[in-house]
Amino acid sequence: MTIHRNVLLFAGMFGLLAIVGFGQSWSVALTIFNLCLISAIMALGVNIQWGYAGLFNIGIMGFAALGGVAAVLVSKPPVTEAWGAGALGIGLAMISLGVTIAATIYARRKLTGRRRNLISFAIIIAGFFITRAIFDPAVSAIEAIEPAKTGYLGGLGLPIIVSWLVGGVFAAGAAWLVGKIALGLRSDYLAIATLGISEIIIAVLKNEDWLTRGVKNVAGLKRPVAREIELQNTDWFISMADTLGTNVISFSSIFVKLSYSLLFATVLLAILWLSEKALKSPWGRMMRAIRDNRDAAEAMGKDVTRRHLQVFILGSAVVGIAGAMLTTLDGQFTPGTYNPLRYTFLIWVMVIVGGSGNNWGAVLGGFLIWFVWIEAEPAGAWLMNAITSGMSEGNALRDHLIKSAPHMRLMVMGMILLLVLRFSPRGLIPER
Amino acid sequence: MEDLLNAIILFSNFVLVPATAYGAQLALGALGVTLVFGILRFSNFAHGDTMAFGTMVVILVTWWFQSMGISIHPLPTALLALPFGILATIGLLLATDRLVYKFYRKQKSPPVVFVMASVGVMFVMNGIVRFIIGPNDQVFADGERFIMKARDFKASTGMAEGLTIKVSQALTLGIAIIVVIALFWFLQRTRTGKSMRAFSDNEDLALLSGISPERVVMITWIIAAALATIAGTLYGLDKSFKPFTYFQLLLPIFAAAIVGGIGNPLGAIAGGFVVAFSEVTITYAYKKFLRYLLPENLEPNSLVQLLSTDYKFAVSFVILVLVLLIRPTGIFKGKVL
Amino acid sequence: MSFLSGENMTGGYGGVDILHDCTIAVDKGEIAVIVGPNGAGKSTAMKAIFGMLDIHKGRIMLDGKDISDLSPQDRVRAGMGFVPQNNNVFTSLTVQENLEMGAYIRTDNFSDTMAQVFDLFPILKEKRNQPAGELSGGQRQQVAVGRALMTQPKVLMLDEPTAGVSPIVMDELLDRIIEVARSGVAVLMVEQNARQALNIADKGYVLVQGRNRFTDTGEALLANPEVRKSFLGG
Repeated sequence: MTIHRNVLLFAGMFGLLAIVGFGQSWSVALTIFNLCLISAIMALGVNIQWGYAGLFNIGIMGFAALGGVAAVLVSKPPVTEAWGAGALGIGLAMISLGVTIAATIYARRKLTGRRRNLISFAIIIAGFFITRAIFDPAVSAIEAIEPAKTGYLGGLGLPIIVSWLVGGVFAAGAAWLVGKIALGLRSDYLAIATLGISEIIIAVLKNEDWLTRGVKNVAGLKRPVAREIELQNTDWFISMADTLGTNVISFSSIFVKLSYSLLFATVLLAILWLSEKALKSPWGRMMRAIRDNRDAAEAMGKDVTRRHLQVFILGSAVVGIAGAMLTTLDGQFTPGTYNPLRYTFLIWVMVIVGGSGNNWGAVLGGFLIWFVWIEAEPAGAWLMNAITSGMSEGNALRDHLIKSAPHMRLMVMGMILLLVLRFSPRGLIPER
Repeated sequence: MEDLLNAIILFSNFVLVPATAYGAQLALGALGVTLVFGILRFSNFAHGDTMAFGTMVVILVTWWFQSMGISIHPLPTALLALPFGILATIGLLLATDRLVYKFYRKQKSPPVVFVMASVGVMFVMNGIVRFIIGPNDQVFADGERFIMKARDFKASTGMAEGLTIKVSQALTLGIAIIVVIALFWFLQRTRTGKSMRAFSDNEDLALLSGISPERVVMITWIIAAALATIAGTLYGLDKSFKPFTYFQLLLPIFAAAIVGGIGNPLGAIAGGFVVAFSEVTITYAYKKFLRYLLPENLEPNSLVQLLSTDYKFAVSFVILVLVLLIRPTGIFKGKVL
Repeated sequence: MSFLSGENMTGGYGGVDILHDCTIAVDKGEIAVIVGPNGAGKSTAMKAIFGMLDIHKGRIMLDGKDISDLSPQDRVRAGMGFVPQNNNVFTSLTVQENLEMGAYIRTDNFSDTMAQVFDLFPILKEKRNQPAGELSGGQRQQVAVGRALMTQPKVLMLDEPTAGVSPIVMDELLDRIIEVARSGVAVLMVEQNARQALNIADKGYVLVQGRNRFTDTGEALLANPEVRKSFLGG
């Protein structure tokens, strides 16, 4: 019975996309569909944290951005002069930073009392200045090289698909750091810590030009699929368009989008399969047992904080993968566009609406909420136009209402979250 | 000697004065967060946007007053509009409590559900503010801008460095002091205030003593609304109003509340100044300051800035992390776990 | 008919009955003590009488009125005072503020009552401006009892008031409780130290597995060889 209902829900979702396909255009429908797939992966990652373990992460944006930066660092060709000018300095600075951290940890382990804090403080200060002394000249050297074109180190020049994995690793690393600090304390503190780290990650990506070109953006990323223009000049493609009886240009656009869909869907299905496996494994059952009764699990000798750290890292890694995919799809990395409303909050709405604790629910939520988010904009504008149609042209209130229509989306999404949380906390596809 | 004086003036002008004002603003914000935490036992993520909402109402009423020619020159008109902003925000928070939080209180939901609901509330409030006043910067400060201008200071003292004190900075400090005194008087001396402290200390015993939880919660929201509006308006007068900035203030505010010991009002004030002073001293460029103090051959040629101002949130975060690692209860013992 | 009585109480937590047909009663000016082995349902009986636990059979009568449906807060208003076993003071509030909070529901002038409490526990007067959390265990218990007395209750219920205090302090505390009872208050308490408690009790209830096992005067129970053997260690 429930299976039946879930199939209907997904069929309805694809029906909505089909309506867009017939009504607007298939190109638009596929654009939405591709982002639906990525959203679904992000929602899966968040569901692993929240649904399996009850961990509240409101720094999703930061982990997604780490995935994005992975796309740049993996796929862009290295800037040879920049490497020559500053790579050594950056490397040394990183080593110096590592030494500082290691020395601090060592001092804190070995010393006690007042001396412990004093000496670790001294190590941090000294380490900071030494690191900065190596780091700053290296950064200036790198950023001085053709700042309008490069001005950064570039990447490894590998295929961009590799970055999906690397993005996951980056996000996992950040999650390990945050988790080490904030897990095991009040649940609120994880939320605050993740909020903090995500703001800082974005600040770093915006300002460390040597790494990411900052707000100058990195455009023209490699693509995992063919370019439209190449297809339009390929014989087999032209003949295929001919047999299908469509226009080569529009077909090339659809073909490219479909290729992306295929890639993304593969990743989504793989992660979904793994998530389901994990959830049904003894590990997943234990996670849920911990979530439902932490005290009992602790009394049974489970190391709750350690388990939470695991699940937090895994979930963040999935978000990182999705972040890298998103940047791949965009074809450019733009640190200035990351904002918590779109990258953190929207994902939360997806998970809650879809059904926390259920992977299929997270996927459906990802699809549905992304669809609503996209379609709400024209719908909101249309609604505002309809409401204000009685007012005269140039009426100040009318202009204001029409101009403010996009902000309605936020309010609507907040309302959806609150309403679902209140009246249907188990979501569309509840946890089994 | 004169170099030393100049260095002190320079430091006061760019660090002491602005950090004091900023610290007072953070302290007021953190007080609101800490009170809500003490009574309702969750970290209210909507507090930054509550500040934005209150400030927005103040701005709208200020504009209205300005259009009618009402002013209290040399003070900013916003002060006159402040009570209206507070009233509107009280209304908003009480309505939110009715519609959102009350249900979870009845259900005895775990704190994380409250936190999540507060995130939802945050976005609705954010949407309301952007919908009404838009996402852009709004300037609403009027009246006299300076108590002391750098130029006048230089002229009257003959020093090379000038000291500027803005009206908004003095107002911030003055109002913050008044508000804090009033709040502590309320909490320490009145029956209602004591009942709030009792409720925060031991909820079950408070219930046994006949203290009504709903009343305590209501008063907490009223105070939180007033604190948020005042903090937001002072911040807006001192800097400028932009909805997203207020959302970003959440991090330093939380850091302040946790550093001081969350749930502890005294700690919130101390925490506000700790965070503000750390942020400003760490992001200040000491080049000129050192030039006054050091002999000529030692003068630095870089900016001598520990961290660029773009990373000011990192400062709050690092403070937060240090506290969580070393002393999770904060400077003054707050509630933990 | 007693001033306060819990008659034929049956109930427990989460569908599991802990009390079975249990009856406890106390009159004004009397001290009634509930004793019994661990897990006998002593504290549960107390909570049931105070309304912190639902009973599905039996009723609670106070001064001839059925109060079974009142919430604990309303029972405080009806004249019952309760001293929980743990967390029974506001640790961050001063002693005086603790007493003021005890009198929270009173709208009249309660300075007389506070003076009476200070007469009863002189040490509290001395330490009235100190946070209750800084006091010793025995002093905290005095604050807790004093807080409950601030409503001028007709019934005072104490859940193991002497738990964790030294023997000397315990004697002192029990003396004060006798004093409270002599002033006309009905005192009902649960005690771990059965012998001392029965010594001062007008009435004693021995509970075993949620049922009344023995009910008699304190003196008679102390003299009863079976009670001595099973519950008082010979």
